[in-house]
Amino acid sequence: MQQSYCIKTMTDEQLDLIFKALSDSTRRRIIDRLSKQPAQSLFEVCAASVAENGVALSRQTVSQHLAVLEKAGLIEIEWKGRTKTHSLCVSEDHVAAASWLTNYMQNGRKT
Amino acid sequence: MKIYVTSVFVDDQDKAEKFYTEVLGFKVKHNIPLGDNRWLTVVSEEDPDGTELLLEPSDHPAVGPYKYAIVADGIAAHSFQVQDLDAEWKKLSGRGVNFVTEPMDAGAVHMAVFDDTCGNLIQLIQMKEA
Repeated sequence: MQQSYCIKTMTDEQLDLIFKALSDSTRRRIIDRLSKQPAQSLFEVCAASVAENGVALSRQTVSQHLAVLEKAGLIEIEWKGRTKTHSLCVSEDHVAAASWLTNYMQNGRKT
Repeated sequence: MKIYVTSVFVDDQDKAEKFYTEVLGFKVKHNIPLGDNRWLTVVSEEDPDGTELLLEPSDHPAVGPYKYAIVADGIAAHSFQVQDLDAEWKKLSGRGVNFVTEPMDAGAVHMAVFDDTCGNLIQLIQMKEA
């Protein structure tokens, strides 16, 4: 029950930010991409999304998606020289939040 | 109508002339004194009559914030085409060029990005075989 303890320590606002961040397929794809290659600039995230999906997203769109992920604490910013880079940063709290529904699983019905 | 010149804002024309010729291998085409600065253009050795690249001074007050913002997002100020990206990346790395993005797949092209030491990021691309 360690998991549900973790969730209870998170505020509704934090949970909202995390669920919002995960509620969009483009953002989930960005998470996937950053898990394979950390420390990417906006330019690189845009280029990689064209390469993977053949769909060019505008820089402004990608920039907004990155901001939502950053707000949820899922992205860590680091400056590489004068360039801002983004790396994935998944904490136990994020994992606990994403398993929020397990709190409501009926006892004995878990298997 | 044709594009005969395009420009890149450089922090220092002398330093830029050295980098764009000695490191990247371009040739100076025009070098005309204009007050404190020069009309300084370079061309590709492969295409000496082709489009010139103007190494333009950065002293206009709008240039600093513009360069700062695009470099922060990792956006290249210019893009040059090469035949063999991996070979070029190795050659330039050997000359001390700092690549901020190593060769990667970018859809229709392979690309890499390096720092021109004059305040800009420059993209190299290799077209994929059709």
